[in-house]
Amino acid sequence: MAAVGTHITVRDLTMAFGSFVLMHDLNFTVRRNDIFIIMGASGCGKSTLLRHMVGLNEPAHGEVFYGAVSFTRADPVERKRMLRGVGTLYQGGALFSSMTLAENVGMPLAEYTGLCPAEVLEIASLKLALVGLKGFEDFYPSQLSGGMVKRAGLARAMALDPEILFFDEPSAGLDPISSRLLDDLILELRDSLGATIVIVTHELASIFAIGTNSVFLDVETRTLAASGPPTDLRDHCDNPMVRRFLTRAADARTERSSARG
Amino acid sequence: MERGEASAARSADGTLLIRVAGPWHLQAGLPSPEALQHELQGRPPARVAFDATALRSWDSSLVNFLVHVVERCQESGVPMDREGLPSGVRRLIALAEAVPERKGARVRAVSPSILDRVGLVSTRVGESLTASLSLLGDVTRALGQFARRKARYRSVDLLLLIQEAGAEALPIVTLISFLVGSIFAFVGAVQLQKFGAGVYVADLVGIAMVREMGAVMTGIVLAGRTGAAYAAQLGTMKVTQEIDALTTMGISPLEFLVLPRLIALGLMMPLLCLYSDGVGILGGAAVAIGMLHIPPVTYFQRIQASVDLTMLSGGVFKAAVYGVLVAFAGCLRGLQSGASASAVGDAATSAVVTSIVLIITACGIFAVAFYILGI
Repeated sequence: MAAVGTHITVRDLTMAFGSFVLMHDLNFTVRRNDIFIIMGASGCGKSTLLRHMVGLNEPAHGEVFYGAVSFTRADPVERKRMLRGVGTLYQGGALFSSMTLAENVGMPLAEYTGLCPAEVLEIASLKLALVGLKGFEDFYPSQLSGGMVKRAGLARAMALDPEILFFDEPSAGLDPISSRLLDDLILELRDSLGATIVIVTHELASIFAIGTNSVFLDVETRTLAASGPPTDLRDHCDNPMVRRFLTRAADARTERSSARG
Repeated sequence: MERGEASAARSADGTLLIRVAGPWHLQAGLPSPEALQHELQGRPPARVAFDATALRSWDSSLVNFLVHVVERCQESGVPMDREGLPSGVRRLIALAEAVPERKGARVRAVSPSILDRVGLVSTRVGESLTASLSLLGDVTRALGQFARRKARYRSVDLLLLIQEAGAEALPIVTLISFLVGSIFAFVGAVQLQKFGAGVYVADLVGIAMVREMGAVMTGIVLAGRTGAAYAAQLGTMKVTQEIDALTTMGISPLEFLVLPRLIALGLMMPLLCLYSDGVGILGGAAVAIGMLHIPPVTYFQRIQASVDLTMLSGGVFKAAVYGVLVAFAGCLRGLQSGASASAVGDAATSAVVTSIVLIITACGIFAVAFYILGI
């Protein structure tokens, strides 16, 4: 039985493409209502870890648990049911370009609830209003700015009031103000919806602003380098690599000279 | 299914107390705020308050309901006391209200009148013609650059395109040509045998394949195979801004992308056409020898007698023109593509349609021209 408040557990996860091992033996727990940050250098496999957690990639070894239930070992029908409680915001928004925003947000609603088209539209409008896109129902994704596409993607991710929201680089390509507003929105949604949020990012400002817990993937040792609340990691982590990452120190030399001096 | 309930009660001091109760779930449908509508409109209450003590669980359906109620209250200027609502719901309502609707953002689809539509279509046709002509001009200039060895493209790309358009198209060209040849032989044989002229089936197959069908069939196969691929490639490159990147680097997308494709197809089509002629004649031979029992030597002698070099070079020349047309249509539609998945699909479709129209039109023009020239 999983510990009370545990929402997602990753156990001994190894991610590999053929014989190339990207990361091995990842172990961590996401608690209910956490804003959980997955961080690490570019190309270390953060997004791939996220893909493993939602079943887009299969682990080479190990398991992912939602609550006490193994997601990895669940059959396709069971998985589909579990994924209904999960919303994902992809890096580029991944909105369907041939549909309007209302149709994009309404798609999961029409698929999984018995609502009639008018009701679907109503809820889709509500979701768009929640992310500050009231009145943009009939716009196509290509008519929107990058920040608006991200927010529309978020509206679609939370269409079904998910318990878990996954974000892949939510602030990538956004200006500092939009990025800050998105952070506030994520916090607000976590508090009001009571959702658990998992974010892949390397945006330091948002890591410290909203992260309640985190893991750091080390590209050299190919496994977890550290885990804990981001501010703790910055101030107290013994791994110089992690501290360097979180303090934006330029390279190993500054770290070493400060250690020597 | 059990569903959420909402009721309203007026107290003595004019407060309208809206009570929400039970489980509110999207699955159960959306309760309409109409019931409360007349309560708010008939004799506006002094104030609206909420009671959620009997609320068991909630999701967006409740938020949606309450947002409507809040809007109605604001319209009629009734003050509200939201204290009775769960804090999550209160915050979500505040969030939904936070950004006002952008004025003029909502686009209303107006369906134009018939006259408008005719006008729109004609201007669009005009624009598309101008675009095609201007691309034709640009391509001609790029060809000039190429002839002066000043065009910038990667020769590796050209070789790869030649391989894709040429060698990799062999299986499908083989299949189609063989079948077309044997169909000609079969259809012709049935008619010719009535006159005891079965042996002339060789002339029929030879002339038809070499003069027209070799070039046309190869052209159509490549329109579907390579022309569509070019449109999709260039369309996707437009979506991913690769074409913009080339332009800002000062490299002409026409020289870098369109030119190699034109050359690849212009070079490969005549070769494929020759190959198709040969395979078609073999297809005819299979029927002539197998079904009509014409001796192989006779069949090939008849072919030799009926097909001359002028005819062959005429067919090959046509094939080269068709190849350039297919590449041109593919690249044109690709470059005109919009920036979305469906636009790229449209571009590929439109490339095939344009190619086939161009091939058939050119085929007609050639037929008349060759007749006048006496070829």
